[in-house]
Amino acid sequence: MLLAAIVLVPALGAALAYAAPRRATRSALLVGGATLHLLLVGWLWTTTGATAFAGWLAVDALGLLVLSLVSVLFIVTAQYAVGHLRGESTRDSRVYPTCLFAFLAAASLVSLSHHLALLWVGMEATTLSVAPLIYDRHDRRSLEAVWKYLVLSSVGIALALLAVFLLATAQPSVAGQRPLLLDDLVAGAASLDPRWLRAAFVFAIVGFGTKMGLAPLHTWKPDTYGEAPSLVGGLMAGGLTSCAFLGLARFTQVLIPAGLGTFARPLLVAFGLFSLLVAAAFIIGQADVKRLLAYSSVEHVGLLALGLGLGGLGTYGAVLHVLNNGFVKGLLFLVVGNLVLASGTSAATDIRGMLRARPVSALLLFVGLLAVSGSPPFGPFLSEFAIVSGAIREHHPWVAASTLLLLGLIFIGIARMMLEMILGDGRSAPSAVPAPSREASWMVAGPMALAGIVLVLGLWLPRPLREHLAQAAATLGGSAP
Amino acid sequence: MRALAELFLLLVVLTDFAVLGTSRLSACIRAIALQGLLLGSLPLLVEGAWSVHAAVLGLGTIAVKAVLLPAFLRWAIREASVRREVEPLVGYMASLLLGALALGASFAVAHRLPQSADASLLVPVALVTLMIGLLVLITRSKAVSQVVGYLMLENGIYLFGLTQTRRVPFLLEAGVLLDVFVAVFVMGIVVFHINREFDSISAANLAELREY
Repeated sequence: MLLAAIVLVPALGAALAYAAPRRATRSALLVGGATLHLLLVGWLWTTTGATAFAGWLAVDALGLLVLSLVSVLFIVTAQYAVGHLRGESTRDSRVYPTCLFAFLAAASLVSLSHHLALLWVGMEATTLSVAPLIYDRHDRRSLEAVWKYLVLSSVGIALALLAVFLLATAQPSVAGQRPLLLDDLVAGAASLDPRWLRAAFVFAIVGFGTKMGLAPLHTWKPDTYGEAPSLVGGLMAGGLTSCAFLGLARFTQVLIPAGLGTFARPLLVAFGLFSLLVAAAFIIGQADVKRLLAYSSVEHVGLLALGLGLGGLGTYGAVLHVLNNGFVKGLLFLVVGNLVLASGTSAATDIRGMLRARPVSALLLFVGLLAVSGSPPFGPFLSEFAIVSGAIREHHPWVAASTLLLLGLIFIGIARMMLEMILGDGRSAPSAVPAPSREASWMVAGPMALAGIVLVLGLWLPRPLREHLAQAAATLGGSAP
Repeated sequence: MRALAELFLLLVVLTDFAVLGTSRLSACIRAIALQGLLLGSLPLLVEGAWSVHAAVLGLGTIAVKAVLLPAFLRWAIREASVRREVEPLVGYMASLLLGALALGASFAVAHRLPQSADASLLVPVALVTLMIGLLVLITRSKAVSQVVGYLMLENGIYLFGLTQTRRVPFLLEAGVLLDVFVAVFVMGIVVFHINREFDSISAANLAELREY
């Protein structure tokens, strides 16, 4: 019942927000729905082993972590969107809440699905739900971005469907093996046909990898994140990629007990390292701050794949990094959105002296910069540390060394751009420094909350969270420290 | 029944090549509609006996893939008044040759796959439809042709799914069908906007966003 409600509340919200006649009603709906969803997810933490619809929906540690991340990100985004929409047209104030709610419903479905075809249906729905928001500005550039996004994601997601069918083919028709149910697949992993299983995993990594934006399947990402409104970018980089990671993790969860870990893991590590490499290459010398964030997202999904592929402590790091990456991306996109709004461009050379012009956002950007580059005391430090030490512990010193090197390069690239934006005196482009002004509270409240969460995650993990992380890592063949 | 199913599968391959070899968009859409019709009749033929499940799935597929989506695509090209694919990345003869190559490869691959499925032609036809769909998607520059390519890719996966049709419940097939429908619908709307913005629905015009 509770599980169904978590999916249906936002779905209903989408319908109501579309039908509601006034902007104020829609805004109230958006915040109300987000709060209700968060409360329901909080309630889910207090229960154990809830299932619905003959096991098609069920809650486990990994799904719950992703669901909680999406729910928290969503409420922050919703609050930001309400402020953002105050000055916008009526059309926008109808499209935004509807699409955002549709995204939340689909993402909840992905997190709770224990039936892999149902998970696919949810994944496709998340893809489509944000498309109208990418085309928000209705100009040529956003049109190009949404077309690339639709075509590449649709092909990716179609290949993921093929992976699901291949997995069904690998399953023998015997009692106790209900088709495509995750729990049966894991329990009867030994009886799965390894040849079909390998094919399924290859298509899963290409399909869900496209949705995550793993290099070389990332080409839609800079265009989409560069053109989409920043609040949508944050939700995609933090929430949508995590859902796609969950899809890939579900396949890994089946392959490891089937004894194909030695096949799956090197593939994941290779995709992870290549993503880091591509991200480093394009971050250094990047001129547009939103595209920089997109490549940073390529980097972090690369870390997720890497951690998943390493096993042991690395996998624990990857699960923790899902949360850290999600929150940091939400923070960075919203803050960068504020600065882009203040200076009217996303070209980094035209954003200068923000510490004086927009002090709060500038400080938050500094926090985001430290967090995204994995500096202590913020959350990503812990998860990246776990991933790298996982690599050393599993006897992959070269993987650890190249990861550290690439992370260092990426840090230099990001820091150079962002520090200039914060501290640059704008002598080369005096027009780039807008007049100082106080920022509206809706612009900074959400990012501040996210910065707080990222800081807390770096200092102290509450016990229930630690238990869930350890459990989630264990289902993926990892182990807690 | 079995013989009829195999005949229909061969016809699916012919529609694949029809799309590959023509420059007229309306002919492409006709071919993809025919393919949808063939796909819709296959669940009954593959299963070999009447069942509500197969009948509903078949009717749903025909409604979406043979009627609704082709009508929608026809609307899109009428609004945009485009008739032909102008400059495909790969010429028509070369595309047909690549298609023939894909056909050979599909049979070779399908032959080597562990056969858990009983319908022997289903898997190779699924693979070739998938590959030709990808080929169309990559090499054609008109946005409508790319949508047709995507539909063929989906159709290939649908054919592969038919090997599992007795095991995957109906509700999910409905979900998958609905998703495909919405995806193409959203793409169609974007195609319409591309047309308004650029006076032609060539995706080749979309080349502003790149690294400097």
